[in-house]
Amino acid sequence: MGLLSKKNKEALNTPLFKENPVTVQVLGICSALAVTSKLEPAIVMGLSVTIIVAMANVIISLIRNTIPNRIRIIVQLVVVATLVTLVSEVLKAFAYDVSVQLSVYIGLIITNCILMGRLEAFAMQNKPWPSFLDGIGNGVGYAMILVIVAFFREFFGSGALLGIQIIPQSLYDAGYLNNGLMLMTPAAFILIACIVWYQRAKDKSLQEN
Amino acid sequence: MKFLRNYIDKIKPNFEEGGKLHAFRSLFDGFETFLFVPNETSKSGVNIHDAIDSKRIMSLVVIALVPAMLLGMYNIGLQNAIAAGTVETTTWFSMFLYGLIVMLPKIAVSYIVGLGIEFTVAQWKNEEIHEGFLVSGILIPMIVPVGCPLWILALATAFAVIFAKEVFGGTGMNIVNVALVARAFIFFAYPSVISGDSVWVATESIFGIGSDVTIDGYTCATALQHAVNGLAPMGADNAALTVSDMLFGFMPGSIGETSVIAIAIGAVILLWTGVASWKTMLSVFVGGIAMSLLFQHTLPENPVAQVPFWQHIILGGFCFGAVFMATDPVTSARTEVGKYIYGFGIGAMAILIRVLNPGYPEGMMLAILLMNVTAPFIDYCVVQSNVNARAKRLTKKN
Repeated sequence: MGLLSKKNKEALNTPLFKENPVTVQVLGICSALAVTSKLEPAIVMGLSVTIIVAMANVIISLIRNTIPNRIRIIVQLVVVATLVTLVSEVLKAFAYDVSVQLSVYIGLIITNCILMGRLEAFAMQNKPWPSFLDGIGNGVGYAMILVIVAFFREFFGSGALLGIQIIPQSLYDAGYLNNGLMLMTPAAFILIACIVWYQRAKDKSLQEN
Repeated sequence: MKFLRNYIDKIKPNFEEGGKLHAFRSLFDGFETFLFVPNETSKSGVNIHDAIDSKRIMSLVVIALVPAMLLGMYNIGLQNAIAAGTVETTTWFSMFLYGLIVMLPKIAVSYIVGLGIEFTVAQWKNEEIHEGFLVSGILIPMIVPVGCPLWILALATAFAVIFAKEVFGGTGMNIVNVALVARAFIFFAYPSVISGDSVWVATESIFGIGSDVTIDGYTCATALQHAVNGLAPMGADNAALTVSDMLFGFMPGSIGETSVIAIAIGAVILLWTGVASWKTMLSVFVGGIAMSLLFQHTLPENPVAQVPFWQHIILGGFCFGAVFMATDPVTSARTEVGKYIYGFGIGAMAILIRVLNPGYPEGMMLAILLMNVTAPFIDYCVVQSNVNARAKRLTKKN
């Protein structure tokens, strides 16, 4: 089987759009609401989740035949918890500011349903390489939504992107105001709903009756 | 009338399938049915139609809103003159004219944006035009402060029409009041233009009409804002408001909400024509009075709780909300018992928010939105309890 055979490509591609963890499976919503008021923490969060899902998928896939079925959830949790702690420590060491902004949400990645979902649904039945691709695909699918939402929230809520002021002062002098609603959590709900709306309008097969 | 009918019949073919103006079909339909009751009848079965349809009901509500709007316009000019200290030299007509000039762009923006979206959606989905925006379009400019910028009004209107109405399926399908969603959007997105003390009085003359307020950084809070600070209600010149000021609405506030008398005229029109339910309206007032009496006796320290109950009713948006917003037939409870519960909830909740929430002096908007969401649940409980009672009666007989 080639490294990027049709099946492997599918494992990587479907979570990006057709099986997107946030907009189609509606997983990981909590963190998508909490960390998206600025673009930078959203990118870091997306990256962290991508790394953790991919690594956890590979590790679980490697030991999938040795895990006793009855305690598999605990084994999965141990693996994920280890990875989350690692990522959290790395962030504290090299990106302290962002780590403070993300506060508990890095630690809470362990409760992110995308992780347990992928481990149960994919890594337990598949070889390491497809599992890795599946992890990357799901992580990027999640990160993508976070970045889109955070882009709009930071741009309209603070007039900035990545902390750099984009909307010029002259516009504020002319009467423009930042949209305070965008900085509140409900705005993330509305934006995610818009993405869901757009996606289902594009792909009719996603529409429920 | 005959002439109008003939003219419409003459231009009608242009808008039908294959006509050169087919793209504007929904626009034409909308205006035709607005001017004349459509003469379509049911094709099958036996149906009973009321002579009145939703466009006629909407028009009645708009007519009921006119007194409050006219007094609101006059009040804009009056507050401007009071703030500038030119009351003696300004005639009532130029005050009204000033208010009209300030108000007209807001009404125009609200209608152009709202109807624009509705026409587009109707055309796109190949449906008939929905007329529900006739009322929302006039309500939105009436429930914002005079200092609210037009672009924010446009944005809020667009947000409300798309997210509160069209995504739920258009007119008659919305869960919460569209006009209030527009106001809530402004309230949460741009709090500085809808609260505080610098937006309630117009301070600039337009085309030489009205007066420029020369005091730098002129501020004037609403009566309820004064109450939060433990002060008696004051007007734009910091003189105490008299009871007749409060009744006529000669005080700073959102444009349409200040005048109790004008709102009362509207209420009479709505009740007399049967458009609004007296049960909802009455129970809103009962709820508000009960709650403010309760707070007055239990919270002696709280300055807002110590506002007399009749002032709670006639200040702020209480009356306006009770008459025009709570009674909205689409978003209110539909069962007869439910209307009492729903109305009482609005009145009580509005006073609760006013008294216990230190951040924001007015609670009517949030109270109505909250009860809008609860209304289906109230109806469910009422219907279910009736079903249970009848089931019990049936089993007892056997």
